[in-house]
Amino acid sequence: MHRTGALFGQFKTLEQQKDTATLGMWVFLITEIMFFGGIMLAYTINRHVYFPAFAMGSNTLDLFLGGSNTVVLLASSFTMAMAVWSAQVGKKQLITIFLSLTILLGFVFFGVKYVEYGQKFHHHLVPGKNFDIFYCVNNPSKCEDIKPADLEKEAEELQKAVKADPDLNAHAQLYFSAYFGMTGLHALHMVIGAGLLFWLLKESVAGKFTAQYNTPVDIVGLYWHFVDIVWIYLFPLLYLIDRHK
Amino acid sequence: MSTQVKAAELQMPEKHYINATYGIRSWLLTTDHKRIALLYLASVTLFFFIGGFFAMMIRLHLLTPSGYLLTPDTYNRMFTMHGVAMIFFFLIPSIPAVLGNFLIPLMIGAKDLAFPKINLLSWYVYVVGGAFTLWSMVNGGLDTGWTFYTPLSTVYSNSAVAPAVVGIFITGFSSILTGLNFLVTIHTMRAPGMTWFRLPLFVWAHYATSIVMILGTPVVAITLALAGMERLFGLGFFNPAMGGDPILFQHLFWFYSHPAVYIMILPSMGVISELISTFSRKKLFGYHFVAAASLAIAVIGFLVWTHHMFVTGQSTYAAVAFSFLTFLVAVPSAVKTFNWTATLFGGSISFDTPMLYTFGFLGLFLIGGLTGLFLGSLGTDIHIHDTYFVVAHFHYIMVGGAVMGYLGGLHFWWPKMTGRMYPEWLARISALVLFVGFNLTFFPQFLLGYLGMPRRYHVYPPEFQVYNVMSTAGASILAIGYLTPMIYLTWSAFFGKVAGDNPWPATGLEWKTQSPPLTENFEVTPIVTWEPYDFHNRPDLGLDVPGGGHGPRVVAPAHGDD
Amino acid sequence: MSEHEHTEHIVSPGTYLVIILTLLGLTVLTVYAAFVDLGQFNIVVALTIATIKATLVVLIFMHAKFAPRRTKLVIIAGIFWLILLLGMTLSDYVSRMDYRGVQFPMSQTISQTLDQQA
Repeated sequence: MHRTGALFGQFKTLEQQKDTATLGMWVFLITEIMFFGGIMLAYTINRHVYFPAFAMGSNTLDLFLGGSNTVVLLASSFTMAMAVWSAQVGKKQLITIFLSLTILLGFVFFGVKYVEYGQKFHHHLVPGKNFDIFYCVNNPSKCEDIKPADLEKEAEELQKAVKADPDLNAHAQLYFSAYFGMTGLHALHMVIGAGLLFWLLKESVAGKFTAQYNTPVDIVGLYWHFVDIVWIYLFPLLYLIDRHK
Repeated sequence: MSTQVKAAELQMPEKHYINATYGIRSWLLTTDHKRIALLYLASVTLFFFIGGFFAMMIRLHLLTPSGYLLTPDTYNRMFTMHGVAMIFFFLIPSIPAVLGNFLIPLMIGAKDLAFPKINLLSWYVYVVGGAFTLWSMVNGGLDTGWTFYTPLSTVYSNSAVAPAVVGIFITGFSSILTGLNFLVTIHTMRAPGMTWFRLPLFVWAHYATSIVMILGTPVVAITLALAGMERLFGLGFFNPAMGGDPILFQHLFWFYSHPAVYIMILPSMGVISELISTFSRKKLFGYHFVAAASLAIAVIGFLVWTHHMFVTGQSTYAAVAFSFLTFLVAVPSAVKTFNWTATLFGGSISFDTPMLYTFGFLGLFLIGGLTGLFLGSLGTDIHIHDTYFVVAHFHYIMVGGAVMGYLGGLHFWWPKMTGRMYPEWLARISALVLFVGFNLTFFPQFLLGYLGMPRRYHVYPPEFQVYNVMSTAGASILAIGYLTPMIYLTWSAFFGKVAGDNPWPATGLEWKTQSPPLTENFEVTPIVTWEPYDFHNRPDLGLDVPGGGHGPRVVAPAHGDD
Repeated sequence: MSEHEHTEHIVSPGTYLVIILTLLGLTVLTVYAAFVDLGQFNIVVALTIATIKATLVVLIFMHAKFAPRRTKLVIIAGIFWLILLLGMTLSDYVSRMDYRGVQFPMSQTISQTLDQQA
């Protein structure tokens, strides 16, 4: 099928092409809703049944890092929306600037995630043979990045939690299965999004996007916002289970 | 005026999609939906053979009650891999990926699907997923049942579960991409004048199927991903030893796998609507009802999955609700069956091969569907769950229903796809052989199940041997019924009689183009002004009767001279 | 063939700014609410705020508010199916009398109702 300029051969008009691409992206996003939905179901049931373990797991997460990541992603949604606006009004240089900002914010997110995952690894909180929810409390010298006051609080919480659930370690592992499963899946989608953004950046620098033709920016924007929405839910579900104790 | 032109006068068109470009690269890198359909035809046929091989092993082994042929472990692998190959790699793609891909743009008057490159990607994704699964089949096999119940699949099985699960996960995306492509295409790519209610019911059926593919497949994807991670990395959602729940796996698995059976049957129903109308020379009875019923099946089909789990210890209240919904989902299928039958009434019926497959479908789908009600009924399910009754039920629907539709459709559109006709009398005999073989294989299985023979066991009580031998004998005849079309269809693609644009004649937009079609389908975008299945008001097809639908009937042309 | 002619509705940067500030504010609110003991309602509050945030992103950032009706139908279908998955599966767990020694909230009510009727 031959392509004439921006119009692909199977379409009759640019409007039909844009209409089709947009519908295609929305339909793809609802497949993603169902995809994440499955793991949300697993999370929901297990959180209810093993609440003490889930609360315990949640409280080991760094709220500052998680909250910062939430702010970073929301900001990246803003810059992405601005990139689309810039394309719609034909301000080519602004498109490049806003796309670059979005990518930058995405990489900040990755950086924070890397730190968080690293912490979990050191604290023996990755599901598998070495998983041990009691590790830091029993080995304070190995977990020097946790303040002694926080470690004391954690020890107290652990005592209470073990009374409520003698099998705490196994069930806390389920929490971290959910944590790594959900944030890992989310991060994978962000990596794909970052790849798409780099491609968009390349096209934008080449001046390909105009007020008449900006569909790729629009639909990658839809994808990026969706990834943001997933995090909007992940943040309270993983970080804020039981902070008020 | 007759549209029947003597065969000798017909010539293959000079340029068409097959000879438009040459070389293996032009096929492997094609974005033409028609070529992609043929790529899929080759790959699903390969998996049909693979699944058929495993079926043969099962039936040979079950000739005697005490398991003379295979060890128990190997037998488990046979039925598992038969199921995996047939369901994920043959039935689910078959009609949509072969006939849907080929016909939907033609039927709606478009040059191609909305996303031709994604269409090609979907085939490659299928091939990669298939490769992973094949690898697992020859490197340890799979013995968990195609349902992968945990914790057998995630913890205790010694078979190659992980690569298989990865393979099926990947292939799921092929399904999702196909469904997405079809859904968007049907919304945005219709020719001028092709309104929703002028669409052929084949297109409606694929629209409904696409809804199911899009909303259901992602759930099995995440489920298999979680199961794979449990097996490889020790995640514990489905493992009781870690506080997980095997029933959660079953909920997540069947949330997709039940709608999956509608992915398998809806396209076949779409084919049947086309065939029954064409070979009765009559407008389909209750077009709107059939279209609505397709959507109803797609939606209600998502509400019944727990009927696979009645004996798992689920809550009684949930069981009652799902049993009721299961009865409800039978209603739109019944509506369709009534409408098809009503189409026959007063029609001018001809018994060409596609119509023989259609009659086969009507009877066999009816039996399969009705036996589903016994299974959906809580009390009786206790007795027949996990017996050969279930096996017979779903084979009546999948083979008697879906495969009959697939073969009927393949024969009906073969002249459009290849420009040549298959040998009619050989094809009719083959269809009859298939019908006889099928019934001999699977009807005894209803009796076996009712009498208590469990499924997935490598041995059985000796009193069941007679029926098992009958079933195996039937399977051999069935195999002939499958092999014969494969041979003559392939032969006819090169040496069959040239068919012309519209050999039947039928009323769809696809029959207004040359056979085989041009790469871009239509030289000029058609403008649609006629209603579907209108056999009386189509002067352009030589089907016009003064006074419209109440005039003398158009007599079906005879095919006795091939 | 398009379903209707629509000139593109361009959302202004000012609107985007208002939305992002609202989203940030709601984020602060949800963290604050997590530190208040609301018992069973903590999760309700958290999910409600998250849903408000998600709605703002969908409607304004993703332009769903100005999209053709078909797009809105697709979005609603997706959300509906997610609710179907979660709701109907949970209906099994919730109505079991005993699941691993933990009673889901509704099963108490159901068993009490049944006892009353017996």
